Amino acid sequence: MTDPHNESLIHVDNLVTHYADKKILNGINLDVKKGEIMVIMGGSGSGKSTLLRYMLGLNKPTSGCIKLLGQDITKMSANELHQMKKEIGVSFQGGALFGSMTVSENIQLPLTEHANLDINTMKIMSQMKLEVVNMAGFEDLMPSQLSGGMIKRAALARAIILDPKLLFFDEPSAGLDPVVSAELDELILRLRDAMGMTIVVVTHELESAFKIADRITILDRGDILMCGSVDEVRNSDNHRIYNLLHRKPRRDVVDVDEYLQRLTGKSLDSVPEKSNIHNPDNSRY
Amino acid sequence: MKYPVSKHLNYSIITLSGEIDLNESPNVRKQILNIINNNNSLLIDLSNVEYIDSSGVASLVEGLQTSRTKKLNFALLGVSESALQVLQLARLDTVFTIYNSLEEVEQA
Amino acid sequence: MKQQIEKIGRIATGAVEELGYGIMLFVESIYWLISGRFNKQPVSLALIFTQAMQIGVLATPIVVILCFSVGMMLAIQGLETLKPYGAQAQVVSGIAVSVTREFSALITGIIVAGRSGSAITARIGTMKESQEVDALQVIGINPVRYLAAPALLAMIIVMPVLTIFGDLMGMLGGGVYTLYELGMPLEIYMGRSFEAINVFDIMQGVYKSIIFAVLIVIVSVLNGFQVKGGAEGVGLATTRSVVMSISAIVIADMIFTFFLTRV
Repeated sequence: MTDPHNESLIHVDNLVTHYADKKILNGINLDVKKGEIMVIMGGSGSGKSTLLRYMLGLNKPTSGCIKLLGQDITKMSANELHQMKKEIGVSFQGGALFGSMTVSENIQLPLTEHANLDINTMKIMSQMKLEVVNMAGFEDLMPSQLSGGMIKRAALARAIILDPKLLFFDEPSAGLDPVVSAELDELILRLRDAMGMTIVVVTHELESAFKIADRITILDRGDILMCGSVDEVRNSDNHRIYNLLHRKPRRDVVDVDEYLQRLTGKSLDSVPEKSNIHNPDNSRY
Repeated sequence: MKYPVSKHLNYSIITLSGEIDLNESPNVRKQILNIINNNNSLLIDLSNVEYIDSSGVASLVEGLQTSRTKKLNFALLGVSESALQVLQLARLDTVFTIYNSLEEVEQA
Repeated sequence: MKQQIEKIGRIATGAVEELGYGIMLFVESIYWLISGRFNKQPVSLALIFTQAMQIGVLATPIVVILCFSVGMMLAIQGLETLKPYGAQAQVVSGIAVSVTREFSALITGIIVAGRSGSAITARIGTMKESQEVDALQVIGINPVRYLAAPALLAMIIVMPVLTIFGDLMGMLGGGVYTLYELGMPLEIYMGRSFEAINVFDIMQGVYKSIIFAVLIVIVSVLNGFQVKGGAEGVGLATTRSVVMSISAIVIADMIFTFFLTRV
């Protein structure tokens, strides 16, 4: 499903963002081609969720530009942005279904906002999407009555109700058992194949990333560590990527005194300037 | 837009064209239901359709449902590969009667 | 010492900032209520109606009970105070005026702040924590339009109605005690009460209730949108919201009364 022109539908150019004086992203460049599944990976604090928020236009960046479907969303008027929202589907980490509405009301909300359709049409559309995510029969339940996997699937149904060109998926497998999470991966692939959607998935699940990705972007502390195909990432000899992938960070204690002091809360002897040592590298693990 | 309707065998054939999207599908729905409510079996020719989204497909589903309650025939003609994939996603390819050509309709 | 001053300074800038947000929120809500309809992004009537039901109808019993009690309390105090002067009959007009101008709006405001203000904060806070507010935004629904504007309009409609209802209940409370203490028939008491007040007295309460409505909604919505830190954060924000809106109501009441009574 690759476009002959290799048209890039998502283009992030030198994106810099701050949160309360702290730099979170230091100039990110990213391109996602039409029909491509791009997986963004990274540990917590790597900036991957931040990057997603900016790509969705939820925050204004310090500098840089974000183009969706060729249009810079950082320079759009409120009305243009409203139009753009039709082309974007988002499934949030916890589903973010509206607790006061039934599943089908949740799914139909984007329709009532962006189109003027007959109530029958809307109903059939939402049932069709429930069918796609394999959740037919649950339309009248409230989100609180659903399991975690169902919430994710209902959220996906809501995300694709307008047949968006771009689909963003935040942590599809977080908190799900492997079987359900594999089903979701399957679904993401089917959506791309059948509807030609361009999909961005943010995840820290290695297995799922390798399964669905065309390309993987790895973020670390606000920088892109690597961006490449699954094989390129798998075979990378960069030790930080290796650590990230294999989750086996170096665990040997470097400074025994400092380590013991941290465990016991007591200083070993009279080395006052050492009393508050806090090695940032070790403290991460 | 008013789509041309012709007669063939005991079918009315409506030839849709262009993009059937959120803006266009209410119009398509009205014309389809109108024909069905006049007790005509309907054949929907999709071969000139460039793009059909789920609101368009939903209108087809409603047409099929209405036809069945009225014991009328309802079929699709000239479904493109991409449209077929959209139908398959919701398992609708097995729900609709799909013909590739008018000859197929005659033989059926 | 320097730290103390810095702390005060930070609190002051924070307060000014929040006041600014509050004004912005109010202006934005009004914008959506008025111009949303022309931009095909209307404020949902169903939402306004639901909010009005929740704020208004469900608060009615407690407004009845409390305003009735306040009226009765005023009668007890008034009759007791005026007894030495033999001017007990004057208590009727005293209660009527103070209830319509002051107490009914204030009591209603405090009840609604406690009931509905906290509910608004908790709801928005929970939605923010579960990314429902983000979801609204990516669907293309402005959160102010969806969450603040309906509550604001509902509150502005419902508060004056509750207040006028409270006026009646307050007078009735005074009447019941006066009947018991002085044996004055209720219909005569109510008749005299209505003679003692004019439109201005009633409107004073009504105007106040509208201002309280705005204060409650803005404070509650603002606190809701600022929630951080999960369920605990929602709890903290809810408490803060109720304390802030009740304080705002009482202070606004004082300022309003000062200008209306003196000028």
